[in-house]
Amino acid sequence: MRALLALLMLMVSAVPLAAQEEQTAPYAYRQLDDPAKEEAAHDLMVALRCLQCQGQSIADSDAPIAGSMRSLVRERIAAGETPDQIRDWLMERYGDYVSYEPRITSLTWPLFALPLVLIALAVLLLRRRFARESKP
Amino acid sequence: MTAEFGLAALWLAAALAAFQLIAGSLALTERGAPLAGAVRPVAVVQGLLTLIAFVALILVFANTDLSVKLVAMNSHSMKPLIFKIAGAWGNHEGSMLLWVTVMSLAGGFVALVERRLPERTMLATLAGQAFVSLGFYAFLLISSNPFERLPVVPVEGNGLNPLLQDLGLAFHPPTLYLGYVGLSIAFSFAIGALITREVGPAFARAMRPWVLGAWIFLTLGITAGSYWAYYELGWGGWWFWDPVENASLMPWLAATALLHSASVLASRNALRAWTVMLGVVAFSMSMIGTFLVRSGILTSVHAFAVDPERGSFILGLLAIYIGGALVLFGLRAGTVTEGQRFAPVSRESALVVNNVALSAILGIVLFGTLYPLVTEAFDTKVSVGPPYFNPMGAIFFIPMLLVLAVGPLLRWRRDSLGRVRKILLIPAAVLAVAVVALLIFSDVKVLPFLGLALAPALAIASLVPLRGRNLRRTPLATWGMVVAHFGIAVALFGMASESAFSVERLVAMRAGDSTEIGPWKVRLEAVEPVAGPNWTALEARMVARYESGSGTTILPQARSFWSPPQQTTESALLTRWNGQLYAVLGGETPAASGPGRWQVRLWWKPFVSMIWYGGVLIALGGVLAVIGRTWSDVKRIVARDKIAYRRERQGR
Repeated sequence: MRALLALLMLMVSAVPLAAQEEQTAPYAYRQLDDPAKEEAAHDLMVALRCLQCQGQSIADSDAPIAGSMRSLVRERIAAGETPDQIRDWLMERYGDYVSYEPRITSLTWPLFALPLVLIALAVLLLRRRFARESKP
Repeated sequence: MTAEFGLAALWLAAALAAFQLIAGSLALTERGAPLAGAVRPVAVVQGLLTLIAFVALILVFANTDLSVKLVAMNSHSMKPLIFKIAGAWGNHEGSMLLWVTVMSLAGGFVALVERRLPERTMLATLAGQAFVSLGFYAFLLISSNPFERLPVVPVEGNGLNPLLQDLGLAFHPPTLYLGYVGLSIAFSFAIGALITREVGPAFARAMRPWVLGAWIFLTLGITAGSYWAYYELGWGGWWFWDPVENASLMPWLAATALLHSASVLASRNALRAWTVMLGVVAFSMSMIGTFLVRSGILTSVHAFAVDPERGSFILGLLAIYIGGALVLFGLRAGTVTEGQRFAPVSRESALVVNNVALSAILGIVLFGTLYPLVTEAFDTKVSVGPPYFNPMGAIFFIPMLLVLAVGPLLRWRRDSLGRVRKILLIPAAVLAVAVVALLIFSDVKVLPFLGLALAPALAIASLVPLRGRNLRRTPLATWGMVVAHFGIAVALFGMASESAFSVERLVAMRAGDSTEIGPWKVRLEAVEPVAGPNWTALEARMVARYESGSGTTILPQARSFWSPPQQTTESALLTRWNGQLYAVLGGETPAASGPGRWQVRLWWKPFVSMIWYGGVLIALGGVLAVIGRTWSDVKRIVARDKIAYRRERQGR
């Protein structure tokens, strides 16, 4: 996966920026004409991580790879794919790291169990307090 | 010379901290009692010495003394003076010196003015403060000496990261550090009170203004940092749930919870162990935050602070201080009873809900921020971002807001909802109207919907505690609460509105082209080169017209710095009462013939500025509360001294 990424970056940096964008990523800085589709694309883009930058989504970055990924997302949305299909495809290719929305797996379920644990903990601690209080 | 002078001051301060720790601890015993008189003066002198060291570093940077390694690495003679000075803390060593300076100045300040606590608790507190400082002195002097000289003086320095060459960011770290490190006072107070077992209303009253002070700076620091990210990163985002942002949010959440539980302790002598625990947790979060930022263990937008080796040193400090404090807490918690009881419907219970919710959000932010490290141990890299934090946080945030509307109206100890039902009719009606209006007139997503529906009702509910009061005689602290809660409603409205109603427009324009975005019409007049002291830029001249109003010129720039070479975008913001127009100039697309077209990014963000106005209001509420509380305490102390003086005279 890393080799692939490195190759991609090499390709990207070899071509002059502006010309390359026109050719390989026509939708990096161009919105889709259909507002509903553009909104769907935007909602997906803010939830995808820019792999080259640090801690930014592809909707928040000037990095070339973010532009390529934006273009890819818009093109596929325009072609009728659903955001989930595109996300799955990207995760297949770049790993779970690319999505800001963790999938529920055997490794990530504690993230989603946490709110329940916290609520249970609070109830447990407080129930004892109020129970004792209501006795007299 | 200046550098050596600063280093000597720093070593002296470290020695004094060691003395302060020993003298403070011994003074608690019977035989060491005579040492008690030395502890406060030593704390003050220690604070002054670190201040001298910090001023020395600023002088070295202001004069661009390139024989000092730190200056050569991070400064440049061609930089404007203000950024030379700000460069002193725009790097690892300097920011750690700032940390130590703030810490020992805060300790010195407490030693100088704090008279509300029993002297034994004060001695333990100051010893605790010295103990924590010592670790950071060791870190600074052993592994990150800011005054190190170079054997060969370079001709020119490397320069400062251009992203940091911005007035907002120049003053963002010091503000945040005042908050981060100010919480060390709460930590030391908690330790002091645990050691002498003096946890009670007096302890809470003494600690509260210090926590408030730190919390005000944290609030302002986070608000300013968010605004900086908003206009400097050039994509209109204002919060990214980035590890470093989370690092500043976590101490804020803990400090906010601490403020509320301290008020229960001060007024009702309840939640004693919990309040002490929060005092420990708040500063622990500051240290964890520093660890996350300084070690670079988590990749982040703020990667200029990365340094893996030093991380292990801070990790060691973390283990000693947090672990030690928790052990002490475990040993003493049994002897600190929970205190007075209260009914399920009471002011205390509302504040307990606030504490539970804030702690739970803190838990989610901490867990979500660190969890990628756990999965990495299993060879899977995952990202936890906004799609996780927003809904998970909302699970606790929304109920907390509902309780916020009711809580300040309830009486201490025991109350009934029937009594406050009538008062809450207006906010409830506003909530209903907002929900209906949103359902009819717009389709927004769940979270912005909740925010937009709740914000107006919350704004009104936050003012209700003033009802029926003589406004001039209302205590300042009550005004503080009202203003801060109102600020929450304002910020919430801004966040929800930004997320629900923002319009984005990406266009390629030739000079002379016009485009529309929301209610605006924007015309690109020209793109011209301009130059600054250490950068050149392309500047777009655009004329923006709101509906049929007159045009205003905005000038977004794409800047190129040459030392170090880096591109930044300077967005142009046009603020109206109902929102901001946000314009960014991107690259040029060459055309087959004739002039090329410019990538222009435009956003219309209705009411976005409310986010930061809200943040400022929250901090203002804190300022009012701190003035009110301190003023009444000073009056009480003066009155007490007068009585003592009269008694003494009459007795004679």
